[in-house]
Amino acid sequence: MWKHWQAVSGGIVNKKIKPALKPNRILRLHRIFRHGDRPWQGLIMVVSIFIIVLMAAIGWMLWRESSGARFTFGWNFLAPTTNASWDPVNDHFQAWPFIYGTLLTSLFAIIIALPISLGIAIFLVELCPAWLRTPLTWMVELLAAIPSVVYGLWGIFIFLPVVVTPIGSFLAETLGNFPVIGALFAGPMSASGASRLAASLILAIMIIPTIAAVTRDVFLAIPNSQREASLALGSTRWETIWKVLIPYGLSGILGAVILGLGRALGETMAVTMVIGNSIEGSLSLLRPGYSMASVIANEFAEAVSKLHNQALVEVGLALFVMTLLLNILARFLVWRVASRTPQEVRA
Amino acid sequence: MTRFGKLLNQNRIAHARKRKTGNKVMLSLTGVLTALALVPLVWIIVYVILRGGKSINLDFFTQLPKPLGMAGGGVLHAIEGTLIVTLLAGIFSVPPGVLAAFYAARFPNTPLGMALRFSTDVLSGVPSIVVGLFAYAVLVKPMGHYSALAGGAALAVLMLPTIIRTTEEMLKLVPHTLREGSLALGASEWKTSLSVLFPAALNGIFTGFLLALARAAGETAPLLFTTLGNERYDLKAIISGGVQSHQGFFQILDRIVNQPVDSLPLTLWKYAQQPYPERIEQAWAVALVLMLLVLIVNITARVWIQVRTRRMEG
Amino acid sequence: MEIQTMVKPTTVENTAIKVQVKGLSVYYGKFRALTGIDLTVHDRKITAIIGPSGCGKSTLLRSFNRMNDLTPGCRMEGEVILEGENLLAPAVDVVDIRRRVGMVFQRPNPFPKSIYENVAYGPRLYGIRRKSDLDEIVASSLKSAALWDEVKDKLHQSGLSLSGGQQQRLCIARALAVEPEVILMDEPASALDPISTLKIEELMQDLKKDYTIVIVTHNMQQAARVSDFTAMMMIDEQRAGRLIEYDATHIIFTRPKDKRTEDYVTGRFG
Repeated sequence: MWKHWQAVSGGIVNKKIKPALKPNRILRLHRIFRHGDRPWQGLIMVVSIFIIVLMAAIGWMLWRESSGARFTFGWNFLAPTTNASWDPVNDHFQAWPFIYGTLLTSLFAIIIALPISLGIAIFLVELCPAWLRTPLTWMVELLAAIPSVVYGLWGIFIFLPVVVTPIGSFLAETLGNFPVIGALFAGPMSASGASRLAASLILAIMIIPTIAAVTRDVFLAIPNSQREASLALGSTRWETIWKVLIPYGLSGILGAVILGLGRALGETMAVTMVIGNSIEGSLSLLRPGYSMASVIANEFAEAVSKLHNQALVEVGLALFVMTLLLNILARFLVWRVASRTPQEVRA
Repeated sequence: MTRFGKLLNQNRIAHARKRKTGNKVMLSLTGVLTALALVPLVWIIVYVILRGGKSINLDFFTQLPKPLGMAGGGVLHAIEGTLIVTLLAGIFSVPPGVLAAFYAARFPNTPLGMALRFSTDVLSGVPSIVVGLFAYAVLVKPMGHYSALAGGAALAVLMLPTIIRTTEEMLKLVPHTLREGSLALGASEWKTSLSVLFPAALNGIFTGFLLALARAAGETAPLLFTTLGNERYDLKAIISGGVQSHQGFFQILDRIVNQPVDSLPLTLWKYAQQPYPERIEQAWAVALVLMLLVLIVNITARVWIQVRTRRMEG
Repeated sequence: MEIQTMVKPTTVENTAIKVQVKGLSVYYGKFRALTGIDLTVHDRKITAIIGPSGCGKSTLLRSFNRMNDLTPGCRMEGEVILEGENLLAPAVDVVDIRRRVGMVFQRPNPFPKSIYENVAYGPRLYGIRRKSDLDEIVASSLKSAALWDEVKDKLHQSGLSLSGGQQQRLCIARALAVEPEVILMDEPASALDPISTLKIEELMQDLKKDYTIVIVTHNMQQAARVSDFTAMMMIDEQRAGRLIEYDATHIIFTRPKDKRTEDYVTGRFG
């Protein structure tokens, strides 16, 4: 439609001006401005360029403002290590504990959120009676509307003692004794329940709407002929979902997971309120930890030394790059799904 | 019957029960998982209403905070701060967002159009705390102090992608006969854009804006080091003081936006970490106000969209 | 308009009855889409269902394998009896019916998997896991669908890489792989070019040696070319589909009893 319009209006703008052979300058300016189209197009173009520059400026500012820290610590700043130091007094900074905390909590959140989101998407698209579909969709999306700090407050006073501590203690007693994965589930749980596990669970709740919504759209986009083909061969509904629909939408679902992961990585307030904010050496999910966003939130306003300030900006830069890469990957996957689908129509 | 017919038959009977049970179990499981996801939603809403409701009274909305450890007082300063910061965010984000959306809808396949779409996508994925760092670097640091202005700008960056995207979608929904009608009458393109397209899409754009605003009003991270927080912020005192000392409009405006302010989510965060029970109860009350604000805007906007699309279709 | 409720073929050939439809009515919510259909489908014959669009041909076809169940608010009355078993009875296992009654759709709808996986999909459902068994089933189904020679060297390419006509034959092979007794075809060639259409029609003649085929078509020449029996449907005043004449194909197309059939097959129908 827009192309069409473009053709129509393009005819007005360009063709009327071009054939006029070298009119004098004033006349030409007059013609350009009479319709007001050139200034209008110029305006919306300048604003668009501004948006693009804004996106680039975020990256560039983070790069510039972290120069001292990058210069002083190099790659060591980001490298995995068992005894990292984050020492504002002596101006020595290594970000690994935060990176580890962010990655571990986000991945674990995805592991929990993915099956639930898949279940929601399948229920909404394939099973749910029509009258229930809209209210349920809204309710799931409202989960994403509740402010992060409210999740945090509820987390500290209700979710931690009632849900996280019992689950954590149970995991410590069971999985904690296994040889390899035991390190991930080593106890004891802290009394308050503040831990990486708590952060993961809250994150899972917060990213379920994102993953469920995208996955739902993926299922809605699958042509009905695929369902009919499978059912007509004598598949049960579940076999159709599991063996036809999920493989069909797999890259779209992967895109949904990546978008969810992006949200989890950058989530700040709720995580800061329940993760415990501690740089201890333990790798365990059940121990308090720290995340990249949390350390920025807690320390940036009070960072006195220049290097401390720059180190925090560098953590932000790392976070920005991670979400940028995930975003590009997700768009690529979604784009691939979109470009593959039309083939099916050829007949 | 062929050899395969027999093979199929044997296997089919052996598998029939397993397949049917599997079907039932897995289909029920999707329902159970959906219900499970809604447990936290109901739990949070009900609990926040019950607990927050206890500390809500008129003072809560009309008084400034009492000194630490004293009961009573309210969060007027944070309500004022939230209004000012979100208002600023709206002012900063709507004009560029809408104009960029016109470009995105008009030239989707030009290099600039694609770069714009990509930037919008990236912006929507940037963590809010990182936007806070950015606003600090470009506004707070050069200005030398924290301010509502910087907070508004940070929130505006977060709102931009939503505004661009919803506006673009709405512009695309306007039937092209409407555009052609206007163009055919000899109206220029920009007149068509502003007098035909924009009004036709206005309702949708407005709901998109409301949703973005509700989201921004609940954001904390980008405000931590832009507005910082200010328990002594008192809008009434600023205005009456300014009027009494015969300051001009712009001087008063400058004092309103050019100093640190608090906001509801920021207040909630600070109160929740303090060891004073009164403050914690007030944190619950703030949570209630914030949650109701966000939920009411959300539900209204959705119902509004639903009603309008039904009217357009029907 | 006078409506005959029971129409029987005048020429009864010596063939067994495979499916018997008795007093079938189909409702979508309150709307009655089909009313009082009686029809016998003969074993190893091709039965064509013709009629103007919107007269319920596809709805009737979809009653044979209960695909109508998938439409929300759809309700069926009457009986569809396959070898003595009423398919519409509530206790019937729908999944098993759909294995016994295969279906080919209007547009080719292969899965976005390899040619091999498309055909092996059905057998795998029924628990056949051995590679050698699957290989044989895939090969014999593709041969029966007259596709083997064209794809035997590229079984692991995507089914979507085939041409439209090949895709449709792949869908037929996929249906054959679960050994159905009846094959339903819903305008199987309407999306194909003439040459591909011809191939599908030839294939149907081969398949009829082993299978009972019911085909819906809007193309009367096609019905006349391929089918042994033809059912003529039309909508009545309440917009419900009715069967107005059913007989051997050569009778329907040369000396139909009903005036409306004659008008329709001779192209005089509005």
